[in-house]
Amino acid sequence: MELHTIWFIVIAFFWVGFFVLEGFDFGVGMLHALVGRTESSRRVAVNTIGPWWDGNEVWLIVAGAAMFAAFPGWYATMFSALYLALVLLLVALMARGVSFEYRGKRESARWRGAWSWALTIGSLLIPLLIGVGLGDLLNGLPINQHHDYTGSFVDLLTGYGLMTGVTLVMLCLLHGATFLALRTTGHLRDRARAAGRRIGVVAVLINLAWVVWTLVVIGGGTVPQPTQIFGMIAVIFAAALTNTDHDGWAFFASAFAIAAALGQIFISLYPNVMVSSTSAANNLTVNNAASSHYPLVVMTVVAVILVPVVLAYQGWSFRVFRRRVTASPASADTQPVSLGAAAVATDAPAAGVSSSAGPTTAGGSSGSSTSG
Amino acid sequence: MANDLARWQFATTSIYHFLFVPVTIGLAFLVAILQTAWYRTDNPDYKRMTRFFGTLLLINVAVGVVTGLVQEFEFGMNWSVYSRYVGGVFGAPLAMEGLAAFFLESTFLGLWLFGWDRLPKRVHLATIWAVSIGTMLSAMFILIANSWMQHPVGYKLVHGKAELNNVWALFINPTFLWGYAHVILASLITGALVMLAVSAWYLRNQRHVESFQRTAKVALVVLIPAIVIQLSVGNKLGQVESKYQPAKIAAAEAQWNSCKPCSFSALQVGGFNPQHENPTKVIPIPHLLSVLATGTWSGPVTGLNQLQAQYRKKYGPGNYIPNVEIQYWSMRVMAYLGSLVLLLALWAGWLLYRRKLARSRVFLAVAVWAVITPFLMNTAGWLLTESGRQPWIVQGLQKTVHANSPLVTATDIWISLIGLIVVYMVLAAVDLGLMLRYSRRGLAQADAEAAERSETSAAPALTY
Repeated sequence: MELHTIWFIVIAFFWVGFFVLEGFDFGVGMLHALVGRTESSRRVAVNTIGPWWDGNEVWLIVAGAAMFAAFPGWYATMFSALYLALVLLLVALMARGVSFEYRGKRESARWRGAWSWALTIGSLLIPLLIGVGLGDLLNGLPINQHHDYTGSFVDLLTGYGLMTGVTLVMLCLLHGATFLALRTTGHLRDRARAAGRRIGVVAVLINLAWVVWTLVVIGGGTVPQPTQIFGMIAVIFAAALTNTDHDGWAFFASAFAIAAALGQIFISLYPNVMVSSTSAANNLTVNNAASSHYPLVVMTVVAVILVPVVLAYQGWSFRVFRRRVTASPASADTQPVSLGAAAVATDAPAAGVSSSAGPTTAGGSSGSSTSG
Repeated sequence: MANDLARWQFATTSIYHFLFVPVTIGLAFLVAILQTAWYRTDNPDYKRMTRFFGTLLLINVAVGVVTGLVQEFEFGMNWSVYSRYVGGVFGAPLAMEGLAAFFLESTFLGLWLFGWDRLPKRVHLATIWAVSIGTMLSAMFILIANSWMQHPVGYKLVHGKAELNNVWALFINPTFLWGYAHVILASLITGALVMLAVSAWYLRNQRHVESFQRTAKVALVVLIPAIVIQLSVGNKLGQVESKYQPAKIAAAEAQWNSCKPCSFSALQVGGFNPQHENPTKVIPIPHLLSVLATGTWSGPVTGLNQLQAQYRKKYGPGNYIPNVEIQYWSMRVMAYLGSLVLLLALWAGWLLYRRKLARSRVFLAVAVWAVITPFLMNTAGWLLTESGRQPWIVQGLQKTVHANSPLVTATDIWISLIGLIVVYMVLAAVDLGLMLRYSRRGLAQADAEAAERSETSAAPALTY
C-alpha cells in the first residue's frame, strides 16, 4: 500500500478516535443541564468526563496537524474554504474549553448558569459544524483548478452537509446518554437512560435518512455498504439497550455507531480528499494533495512509535477513573464499572444530594437558569 | 488589504496566546518542584502550596490551550499558499507536537487534577512532571517549526514546494537550539516572577508568612540562575541571528550603514526610517554593538542600506528592511527589563542570604509589580523575531505578501478578527479576574476545600 493511502487511513483513524472519545464529551456537554436538575447533579455529570475531555480533544488537534503534514494541499484548501465556519467552530471550542475549568470557580448561580450555557451550546455547535464540513468534503464544494474555494459562507450550508452535522449531533447525544448512564448512579443514571431512550428513537431515524442520502451522494445504488449496515445495527442496539441494565453494552454500541458514521465518510471519500463541484478534474486526491515520500516516511516512523504509547497512557487514564461518579460519598466506593454487566442498583442512598428534587426545590444557588 | 488583515490577525492571536504559554510552562515546572518537595519532606505545607499554585496554573492553562487551537487553524485558514508551500516541512513538527506533547500534557493534567485521592503518591507526583515535560516538548516542536521559518534547513524544493529531506537538520538548526533555550528560560523566569509576586503580596500583608516565604524561596532558586543564564543565551541568539538574518539585528540597532567597530545606541530619538537615518539625539556606547553582534571587540556589522543592496541583487526589486522602530524598541524593552529583573533577582538573593526577605517592604512592593515585566519582555521578544523576519514569511524563500489565502476576502477576515478579539477580551477579563481572586483568597479556603474533598474521597471528588 502506498504511503499516501496509509496516511489517509491514519487521518481517518484520528477523526474516528476523536468522535468516539470526544463524542460522548459533546453528548454530556449538551445533556448535563438537562439530566442534572440540581447544581450538584450537574457537577456530577460534568465530572464524569472531567479527567478526559481535554485529552480526547487532542485527537482533533492531531487529526488537523496530520492533515497539514501529510496532505498540505488538503489542509490548505479545506481550512481556507471552511473559513467562517471554522471561526465559529473555534469560538465554540474556546467557550466550551474554558467552561469546564471556570464553571465551578465561583459560587454565583448566574456565573455557573452562563458557563453551563457555554458548555451546552459549544458541545452542540462543534459536532454540527464539523459534520457540515466533513459532509461538504464528500458532497463537493466549488473548487477551481488552483484548488482554491470560490464559494462563500452560504455555499457551505449544503443540504447533505447539514444532514451530516445533524446526524453527528444526534449520535453524540446518544453516545453521551449511554456514557452518562454508564458513569453515574441513582436518579442521574435514570434520567440519562430516559434521555437516551428518547434520543435513541430519533437517532435511528436520522441515521437511516443520512445513510440513504449518503448512498445518493456517492452514487452507490440501493445496496448499503457494510459500514453503513453495521452502523445502523449499532444505532438500533444502542437505542434498544438504553432500556436495559446493560449500560456497558449500550455505550459500546453507541461508540460503534459513531465510529461507523465517521468511518463511512472517509471510506466514501477515498481516493478523493475533497470533491470539487466545479469539475471532477479539480478534485483534491490522496495523490495530488500529499507531501513527498521522505516527510511521510518520517511521520510514519514517529506515528508507529508514539501512537501505541499514547493509546497506552490514555487507556490507563480511563482505567484509573473507571468508577462511577456520584455526589454521595456513602455508596459509590464499591462499584467498579464493568462492560455489559448490569451494575448493582444503588438508587436509595446515592440520591442523597436531592437529585430527585424538582427544579423549583433545588435550593437557592443551584442554577436552574440553564435547564432547557 | 486581506494580507494586512491576515497579518494583524496572526500577530494579535499569537501575542495573546503567548501571554499564557510561558506562565503554563514556568508554573507547571514550579508546581512540580513544590510537589516534589512535599513528596520528599512530607511537610503538608508543601502540599498546600502545590494545590494553591496548581489552581493558578489550571486557570491559566485553560486559556492557553484553547487559544492554541486558533494558532493551528490559522495557518490553513489565512495562509493557504504558505501552508501548501511549506506543509511538507512545517507540518511534521506540528504533528509531532500533537502526538508527543499535547497528548502527554492533557492526559496527565487530567490524571493530576482528578488523581489526588486516587493515585499513589509517587505516581501522582510523576503525573505533574509528565505535564511539565509535555509543556516543554510542545515548545520544542513549535520552535523547530518557527526556527525553520527563520533559517530554513533540511529541505529541497520539489515542484515549487519545500519538502523535508533531512529531519535531523531541523533538530540541530542553530536558530532552534538557541531560540529554544531562550524560550524555556523566559518561561521559567515568567513562572518564577508570578510565583514571587504572589508570595511577595502575602508577605507584605503578613499573611501565611511561613508558607509564602517557602514559595518565594523556591521561585528565587529558579529565577536567579535562569535570568543570569538568559542574558548570555539571549546574546548568543542575537549573534546566531546576525549571521542568518542580518537585517533583523541591524534593524534592531537602527544601524543603517556598515560599521567597524560599532557603537551601541543605548537610547535614541529619531533615525528610524531611510529618510531620516541620523537620530536627532543618541547615547552611544563605543564598541558594545561589535561585542554583542560578533563577540569581538571591533567586529564589523553590515548596515541596512548595504543589506538592502545585496538582497535586491539576489532576490530582485523590493524592500528588504523590516520595521526599524519595532525592532529597535522591542530589543531595548527586552534587554533593559531583563537587566532590571537581574538586579531584582540579585537583590532578592542578598535579602534571602541576610534572612530579611520577608521584612523588606520596599523589595516586596517592587516584587509584586515586577510581575508585569515578563509579559512585556515575552511580547517584545516575539515582535523582534517575527517582525524582524519581514518581508519574508520563510526567510529567503517566500514573502509574506504572497502567502495568504487568495480567495479569503477582507470581509471574512474582518469578521473573524473582530469575533476573536471580542472573545479574547472576555477571556482575558475572566482569566485575570479569576487569577487575582484565587491569588488573594488565602489558604484557609483552599484548606477547607481540600478537607471537603478528602471526606468524600471514597467517591471520586467533584473537581470541576
